[in-house]
Amino acid sequence: MPASFPPDAFPVAAEYFRVLPEIILTLVATFIVFLEAVLDDRQKRIFGPLSIAGLAAAMVAAVTANSDPGNAFHHMLVIDGFASFFRVLVIGIGILTIFGSTDYLAREKSNGGEYYALILYSIVGQCVMVTANELIMVFIGLEISSIASYVLAGYLRDDARNNESALKYFLLGSFATAFLLYGVAWIYGTTGSTNLDQIRQVLGSSQAPSLILTGTAAALMFVGFGFKISAVPFQVWAPDVYQGAPSPVSAFLSVGPKAAAFAVMIRVFMTAFGPITARWEPFVWGCALATMVVGNFAAILQSNIKRMLAYSSIAHAGYVLVAVTAHSDIGSAAAMFYLAAYAFTNLGAFAVVTYFSRKGEKYVTIEDFAGLAQRQPAMAAMLTLFLMSLIGVPLTGGFFGKFYIFKAALDANLVWLAVLGLLNSAVAAYYYLRILVVMYMKEPGASMDDLAPAGGALKIAVYASAVGTLVLGIFPGWVLDFASKAALK
Amino acid sequence: MTLLDVVLFLPLIGFFVLLVTSKENPNTIRVTALIISLLVFVVSLGLLVPYWFASPAGYTFTTDASWITYPPIRYHVGLDGLSLWLVLLSTLLTPIAVLISWKHIDHRVKEFFAFLILLEFGLIGVFVAVDLFLFYVFWEVTLVPMYFLIGIWGHDRRIYAAVKFFLYTMAGSVLMLGAIIYLYNKSGSFDYLEILSQLQTGRLVLDPHAQQLLFLAFFVSFAIKVPLFPLHTWLPDAHVEAPTAGSVMLASVMLKMGTYGLLRYCLPLFPSAARNAAPWVASLAIIGIVYGALVALVQPNMKKLVAYSSVSHLGFVVLGIFSFTQQGLDGAVYQMLNHGISTGALFMLVGYLYERRHSLEISAYGGVATPAPNLAIVALITTLASIGLPMLNNFVGEYLVLQGASQTNFTWVVFAAIGVILSACYMLWLYQRTFYGKASESVAHHMYDLTPREWAAILPLLLLMFWMGTFTQSFMPSISAQNASILQQTNLRQTNMPQVGRATVPPGVLGQIPVAEVSSAR
Repeated sequence: MPASFPPDAFPVAAEYFRVLPEIILTLVATFIVFLEAVLDDRQKRIFGPLSIAGLAAAMVAAVTANSDPGNAFHHMLVIDGFASFFRVLVIGIGILTIFGSTDYLAREKSNGGEYYALILYSIVGQCVMVTANELIMVFIGLEISSIASYVLAGYLRDDARNNESALKYFLLGSFATAFLLYGVAWIYGTTGSTNLDQIRQVLGSSQAPSLILTGTAAALMFVGFGFKISAVPFQVWAPDVYQGAPSPVSAFLSVGPKAAAFAVMIRVFMTAFGPITARWEPFVWGCALATMVVGNFAAILQSNIKRMLAYSSIAHAGYVLVAVTAHSDIGSAAAMFYLAAYAFTNLGAFAVVTYFSRKGEKYVTIEDFAGLAQRQPAMAAMLTLFLMSLIGVPLTGGFFGKFYIFKAALDANLVWLAVLGLLNSAVAAYYYLRILVVMYMKEPGASMDDLAPAGGALKIAVYASAVGTLVLGIFPGWVLDFASKAALK
Repeated sequence: MTLLDVVLFLPLIGFFVLLVTSKENPNTIRVTALIISLLVFVVSLGLLVPYWFASPAGYTFTTDASWITYPPIRYHVGLDGLSLWLVLLSTLLTPIAVLISWKHIDHRVKEFFAFLILLEFGLIGVFVAVDLFLFYVFWEVTLVPMYFLIGIWGHDRRIYAAVKFFLYTMAGSVLMLGAIIYLYNKSGSFDYLEILSQLQTGRLVLDPHAQQLLFLAFFVSFAIKVPLFPLHTWLPDAHVEAPTAGSVMLASVMLKMGTYGLLRYCLPLFPSAARNAAPWVASLAIIGIVYGALVALVQPNMKKLVAYSSVSHLGFVVLGIFSFTQQGLDGAVYQMLNHGISTGALFMLVGYLYERRHSLEISAYGGVATPAPNLAIVALITTLASIGLPMLNNFVGEYLVLQGASQTNFTWVVFAAIGVILSACYMLWLYQRTFYGKASESVAHHMYDLTPREWAAILPLLLLMFWMGTFTQSFMPSISAQNASILQQTNLRQTNMPQVGRATVPPGVLGQIPVAEVSSAR
């Protein structure tokens, strides 16, 4: 080793252990791509179990890494409780997504290895995002996650809806990422660093650069994140993409990249832009309110259930933005809890939609669900549970999520935002109830004729999501205690 | 684990038992539901034991266990003189609701009874929760089964009614949730007793503006449930479209959640805001009394008529509560129970008629007394009870409310009394048009007298009408004692010294009407 290198130039073993989940996932994904070329169609059925095994191993690695928190690779990555929480969350999302996908892929006769590899790569990107302590790493993680997602949205390449979805997602997404990158460049130009802690020091010091410069940088980066979390006014892509993409992919997009984007947004705005909180708070306030209102009121008008869930997902991003506006440790703990509860709930709801839509996604309007409760009472009951959680009825995870968020908002003296948000959640009840109405109160129509019971893997996805939703609703303390300790101050 | 926990969780267990019962045999499900609900009722009678010979102060049968460590949300339940009777009302009405749905509900039987029993769980929970958060949870839990009861088994416009019911309640309750969180942020506790003691000892001080807003948030949520004019519009829809059992549970028990909330939370927690709001609230209550009665007068649909009569009757309850007098509060609570019994019975009778003639239009009836004399007698007693004939239950409640209100403002009584007169008009006119006259051919063809099952369902209510109308002392002492302590809480922090007089009259003697008269003549 040349003498000119400082002693800590090369990472030590502990640093590799801290990023073991990403390493495992990358290896498994690459291995699947390799197997895709050599296996015949019948043997390709092992992709599902293989991906699950890889994700489970990554989950174990992520949990273990939490017991040895610290930095890795010259402060490029940081593994703290906050990062571990989100790493475990996105890996868990991956597992549920795979369970919800295998039946779908078999049904559409396109059980290819690239699907599983792309999901795993996307999760690697999200893991990098949530552990990033560096704007460059944020960007790299975001790109890995996004590019995989663009392809996933257009996975069934012969399906026109998939194509439209992927193209829209790609064009708008890359445009938004450019904003983010421009913001990163700007902040580097003004503060001379891309490290979040150093930016914070510079902005908090007496020689802080002009607010116009840093404010613009923050705004540009907010555009980039705002796109990923589908915050108003950067939400227009979401309904089209969710509607067009394969249902399991829509499920994944609505929770995985979103949770990661929220994590990185909270980290960047609370760490790097912490000193200028008073400047960005009013903007996020307005954005949170607009997102809730637009999402909820547009959802009322939808007749396609995937599109409705897309607008509902916009509205839920608005609730999480309320927690971001509170910019406190309670707020970030509330956002963490909410995103976990929302992940279970939405994955479950989309899994039922995946099951119900059948080959070629024929049945995706709300009216098609008429009489589901009489033909498949268990599935209808599960969807009811998920919708109750989305409404925020007590004893479901969604309720406690909302409760913690509005508690954080009231703690931060955001009384009006809390009141308007609460009223919004009452408006939201209307469109979720519409699905309950058709499921339970209408007689079965032609859409019920060829409805077969759900396959095993899909059932696991639905029931596991239901258990998650209920556990978070009845024993929220288990997750919240961890979130409160791990929350960013 | 106390008896109260058993009463609370038996219905939940029953709900799961019903869920796993095979749906192949509807009669098994009906019998199972009846056994479960009767069991709950019998067990709940045990709750009376400490209250039968004495009026213990504060909560009995308390359980206080941690549910969620942070924020500290506790499973804290207890029973006092106010919640005791409402719990018993819930457990009594549920088996009755099962009985009247026996034949009326013939499709998706299992789900129906499961939801009915789940509703009972929620209702009992609302009345026994001492933790504000727990209260909110139960408050919302009651919404879901009732939504399905109306939406699946209701009449033609059931979906509209069910959604309207859900959204109205939801809109009110989210505001209450906001207020609960605010209180927690200020006091560090969700426990009602803890917050109350912090307020009383001055450790927690709410500035007048905050107190007013918090009062409003709670009040709107309860007023929607009561329902108070002008927030009542969901009620006629829900009542008319609901199946008979749904209407009975809604009118008899669920509306009481609102008045219970006013009495339990709005008054003691925000006394000065409540007193400041009293003239406004009383005015709305009086408008409700007269308006409800006038609208009931012109209804061609008998279920709608009974629904609007509920708006009128509940106006009395709210008037009594906001008179801030011992008699007013006693009357209000008594009237809550009375309304549960007499209006529950009225809805059952409407249901009986509907099962025979399949119409809710008054014009489709006439001369029912000839083919069904027993039904006519039962209906007459119920009608008279609802009007407030002395010796029957409603008289006691209405009288005490008017007595209490007159001590606060005599003008209120003048207007409210119009409601009493009007109630005689619309009820007697309804009775006349339905039961008297010559029976048309279709009525004579369809009508038959009460069956044993129908007798069994309504007889307990008839007995209670007489009992509550004549032996008030069986019920009143515990209610009075509880009301005295509520009044004391609202007085204490207003003047910061104990008031001599009403609030310190020993409980137990207040229950009898003559004493109440004497104390008011002072």
